[in-house]
Amino acid sequence: MRALVWIIEDTWQATIDEATQFLPGDAEITLLHVASTEPETVARAAHRGLLGRRPPPPPAPQELQSISEQAAHELLTDAQTRLGRPASLKARRGRVEREVVAAADGIDILILARDGDRDRPGPRSLGPATRFVIDHAPCRVLLIWPDNAPELRTIPPPPPPGTAAPHLPPRN
Amino acid sequence: MTDGLSLAAALVVLAATLAVAVTRPPYVSDAVAAVGGAVLLVAVGAIGLSGAGDALRALGPTVGFLAAMLLIADGCRREGLFDAMGAVMAGGSQGSPQRLLAFVFLIAAGITAALSLDATIVLLTPVVFATAARIRTSAKPQVYACAHLANSASLLLPVSNLTNLLAFHASHLSFPRFAALMVLPTIAAVAVEWVVFKRFFAADLTRPRHAAAQPARPELPRFAVSVLVFTLAGFALSSLVGIQPVWFAAAGAAAITVPALARRTATPVALARAAEPGFLIFVLGLGVIVQAASASGLDTAVHAVLPTGDSLPDLLAIAAISAVFANLVNNLPATLMLIPVAAAAGGAGPVLAVLIGVNIGPNLTYVGSLATLLWRRVLRAEDTDVELGEFLRLGALTVPASLVAATVLLWLALKV
Repeated sequence: MRALVWIIEDTWQATIDEATQFLPGDAEITLLHVASTEPETVARAAHRGLLGRRPPPPPAPQELQSISEQAAHELLTDAQTRLGRPASLKARRGRVEREVVAAADGIDILILARDGDRDRPGPRSLGPATRFVIDHAPCRVLLIWPDNAPELRTIPPPPPPGTAAPHLPPRN
Repeated sequence: MTDGLSLAAALVVLAATLAVAVTRPPYVSDAVAAVGGAVLLVAVGAIGLSGAGDALRALGPTVGFLAAMLLIADGCRREGLFDAMGAVMAGGSQGSPQRLLAFVFLIAAGITAALSLDATIVLLTPVVFATAARIRTSAKPQVYACAHLANSASLLLPVSNLTNLLAFHASHLSFPRFAALMVLPTIAAVAVEWVVFKRFFAADLTRPRHAAAQPARPELPRFAVSVLVFTLAGFALSSLVGIQPVWFAAAGAAAITVPALARRTATPVALARAAEPGFLIFVLGLGVIVQAASASGLDTAVHAVLPTGDSLPDLLAIAAISAVFANLVNNLPATLMLIPVAAAAGGAGPVLAVLIGVNIGPNLTYVGSLATLLWRRVLRAEDTDVELGEFLRLGALTVPASLVAATVLLWLALKV
C-alpha cells in the first residue's frame, strides 16, 4: 500500500498520529508538505505598490522562499521523527490544493486533516484546499479531525419538509 | 504655450512617468523618467523655471524629512529592531495564530506609524513571514495583515506615509495636532481591519494545535529604541519648543547613522543607498510635473470635483473621491494633485479627509492602484497574480468600511 500523508503546519501532529495508528506496518509512506506561494506573492505585490521605490534587491524574494523551504524541511523532519518509521519526505511549492492532488498520482490512500473553521461544523470545517483535494484526489482519502470529532448533537436540526438541505444549492 | 496645451503636455508626461514607475522597465529608472519629464515640461514652456523652482523649494523640506526617516528606519534594521519584533511576536503569540495576528496588528501598526509604511512592507514583512514559519502556522493572514496595515495604520503621524508628509506642510497643522486629529481615525481603520480579518481568516486562525515550544525571550535593541523614542518625543514637542519637526528627524538620523559609521557597521555607500536617492529624486520630479498640470488648469478641475467643506457629508465625499483618485493614478500623484486644492480652500478637515482616502484606498488592490492592477492583468505581468483574488475580496470588505469609520471619527475629532 502506497500512502501519502499530507501535513500542514497547525495540525501535523494529529495527522501523523492518525497515520501511525491506521497504516499497516508494510505501508510505503510518503510525508508531503506543500508551501503556499501566496504569502510570498502578497509580500512581493505590496512592495510593487510602493511607487518610485527601488525594486527589492535580488536576494529579497529568494529570502522568503528560502525561509519557507527551510521551515518545510524542518517540519517534515520532525514529522518523520514523530511517525517513527521509514518514510520518504516530499516538499512542494505552489498552489496547495493542486500540488497535493498532483502528488497523489499513483497513490493508494491519501491521509489528510480538515483545515477549516473548527467552530463552524458543516461545510466550513473544510477549507478551500481540502475541499478541492477531496473532490479531485485520484485515490482513496482518509479525512481526520485534527482534534476530537464533534458530538452528534452539534449537527443542526433537519430542515422543514419541502425545503432544500441547508448545505446544498437548490435543485433546478 | 497656452494653458490648454500646457495641461495636455503635463498630463501626457505625468502618464508616461507613472507608466515607467508602474512597469519598471529595465532601461529607464523611475527617477530618470520623472526628472526627464520635468525638464521636458520646462523646456517646452509648460511650466516656467520659477514655477518649477517654487515646486522644488516647496517639496525640499518634505524630501529631506523623508530621507531622514528612511535613514532612521534603516538604522533600526541594522540595530536589530525588526528581528527583536519577530521575537516579541513569537513570544507573545504563545503558539496561537490568533494571538500572533494580534501582535502582528499591534507591531505593524506601530512600525507603520513611527517609521512609515515602507518600513512595514520592506523590513517588517519578511520578519513576520519568518515568525509564522517558526511557530508553524499559516503565514497567510499575518502577511496580508502587514500589507493592509501598512496602508490603514499610516494615517496617524505626518511621518507614517509620504502622502502625510506632503499634506503636513500644506496643512499648517502642528505635529501633535495632526496626530491628535488622526488618532481616532487610525484606531477606527485598524479596528475595522481586525474585525474583518478575524472572520475572513477564521479557518487559518482557529485550527486546533498542539502546544508549541516557548521561544527565546526577545532582547530589544536599546539604542535604536531610544533614538526612536527621542525622535518621536521631539516631534511631539516641536511646536512647543518652536523647532521644525524635520530637525528632530535629522537629529535622529544622525544619532543612528554616525555611530554606525564610526564603528564601521555601515558604509557610506550603504547609507546613501538606504536614503533611496532615486526615490527622493522621483518625488521631486513628480512634484514639478504635477505642479505644471495644476498651474495650467488641473487644480480648477480638481476644485470643481472636490468638496471643500468640513461637514460630515463633505468629508465623506472627499475621502471617497480621494480613494478613487488614488486608485486611478496611485496615491502619490493623487496627493500632489488633491492636497493643494484641499488646503487652499478648506483647511485641516478636507486635507485630512484626502489623506484618509489616499492612504486607505490603495488596500483595494495589492499593487497600490486599480490602474496598475488592470495593466498587470492585461499584460499577465506575473502569473502568480491569479492567486490574489483573495486580496481583492479582502480589500472590498475592508476599504469602504474603514473609509467611513475613519472619516466619521475625523469629523468628530474636528468638532472637539
